[in-house]
Amino acid sequence: MEIVYNGEMDKRACKEVLGRVIPQLVKEDPEIVYLDADLMSCIGTLKGTRDVADRAINCGIAEANMIGVACGLASAGFKPIVHTFGPFASRRCFDQVFLSAGYAKNDITIIGTDPGVMAAMNGGTHMPFEDMALYNTIPGATIIDVTDPTLLESAIRQCVNRPGVKYIRVGRKQYAKVYAEGSEVPIGKATVLREGGDAAVFASGIMVHEAMKAADILAAEGTQISVLDMFSVKPLDEEAVVEFARKTGAVVVAENHNRHGGLYASVAQVLCERCPVPAACVAVEDEFGEVGPQGYLQERFGLTADHVVRQVKAVLARKG
Amino acid sequence: MDVSKKKELQALAVRIRMAALEAIHSLGSGHIGGALSICDVLAVLYGGEMRVDPANPQWPERDKLVCSKGHAGPGVYGTLAVKGFFPYEELKTLNRPGTRLPSHCDRNKTPGVDMTTGSLGQGTSLACGMAMGEKLRGRDSRVFLIVGDGESNEGQVWEAFSFAAAKKLDNLVVLLDWNKRQLDGWTEDVLSMGDYVEKFNAFGFDTVKVDGNDVEALQGALEHTRVGNGKPFAIVMDTVKGAGIKEVAETVMNHSLTVNDEQYTRWMAQLQSELDALEG
Repeated sequence: MEIVYNGEMDKRACKEVLGRVIPQLVKEDPEIVYLDADLMSCIGTLKGTRDVADRAINCGIAEANMIGVACGLASAGFKPIVHTFGPFASRRCFDQVFLSAGYAKNDITIIGTDPGVMAAMNGGTHMPFEDMALYNTIPGATIIDVTDPTLLESAIRQCVNRPGVKYIRVGRKQYAKVYAEGSEVPIGKATVLREGGDAAVFASGIMVHEAMKAADILAAEGTQISVLDMFSVKPLDEEAVVEFARKTGAVVVAENHNRHGGLYASVAQVLCERCPVPAACVAVEDEFGEVGPQGYLQERFGLTADHVVRQVKAVLARKG
Repeated sequence: MDVSKKKELQALAVRIRMAALEAIHSLGSGHIGGALSICDVLAVLYGGEMRVDPANPQWPERDKLVCSKGHAGPGVYGTLAVKGFFPYEELKTLNRPGTRLPSHCDRNKTPGVDMTTGSLGQGTSLACGMAMGEKLRGRDSRVFLIVGDGESNEGQVWEAFSFAAAKKLDNLVVLLDWNKRQLDGWTEDVLSMGDYVEKFNAFGFDTVKVDGNDVEALQGALEHTRVGNGKPFAIVMDTVKGAGIKEVAETVMNHSLTVNDEQYTRWMAQLQSELDALEG
């Protein structure tokens, strides 16, 4: 794995990665089936799967049924990849994922697109700030909050062969480039992107880029922070949390999600039990989403580098 | 159907009822009404219609059963015990700590149970996926799906039925247990669902309605489903909730009942005399 972060956007949008990798996997592996709920065009898989149409199943706008069908296929030994928008891949079909997949041990991979503020112009109805919280309660589930296109491809390839319920949340747009193309990024392990001794920021998804920008701003003021990519929200790299909490004595968690039940909640649990230090979050407060450009929404819900800077200063003040 | 085959299936249905009663009485209570209503179809399915091997419950080429009304577990367990998928004595472990026979069907616990069900409606989509899986694997295995009439209040059931017809799952046989009662009473009073035959036909199924407590009628309907014609099949089974034990059938609110020792002894004796008459 090679880290190539320099603040620039990856040229590839994640939609392109989904549109290339999903058809490729279906063609490469006869055990893989792909199911969608009338959103194939949104991730560019419609054309690429035409010649494998028997294993690229459009289930129509019926997400609960789609999860059940995927689970039935899993019981026949197939490895299903399911896609729909994030809120429909979590809230809309939660009982089906919990029981038909999780409890019944029918292993499936679910991709929920446009998490949190990335739902932008689709607005509040399509803006999941709670999807990770839901998946966090499923025993043995895997939750990946995607960092960039390279991580997305690596995560999908690992998830299809991984047991349990796997949930990948990813925006279809561009992300800042973090990993060199072709890198394999192992699930369950945090990636240290920057080391500094004053505080540690555990970030996921779009907030990794914001945390890295915050680190530059703080460095210019003489404060050195560590930044870790916590894309593997579950299983969480608890050892990395404890190590960097101990090293720095002050923690900020940054996520494009409600502060309840997501990365912050999981990190706070570890801190509470194993290494209590001052901690704060950059996350959505107890609010519903709304419509607008992503930039506006990041300001509106407090998900920017400036908010990370502010919270780092707050925990530093408490550190004493 | 010749007389001896009919008697054999009727006797099997009685044995399944006795086994279900054994399990429920061992605990003292259970979902007896909806377990009894499906004993005749279970007898026809496991008495020859389904391709299964009790010694090899995971045999990939077998036909599969999804009992989407998962609370009818005791009926399914009774069938599997009678057919030798697991020891008959194990029926007495129903719902006991660490049991392989939980209240609702669990594919990871019970030999012969093909799918986990319990949250109503979910088994329908699972069965569609399983039927599609058989087709993708190029197997001629069929998937039999038992759905409750009360269960069909759930919207997911109708999502799944749309899917089954759209994807031409003609290896799927839906067996609707039209026993006319659900937990809170008569289905007509709780949430009237209209005419099931019309509904199934409108959804694109090849549909028949039969007496669901008559093994001969059920066998006849199932024979019609053996050759795929591009449509999924639906058999609306006109049943009595609690069928086979008069007192249970006559209790309107019979979704879940207690069964005391006196009732157990009396009902078992009745069932035994029916069995003797059939096998005598």
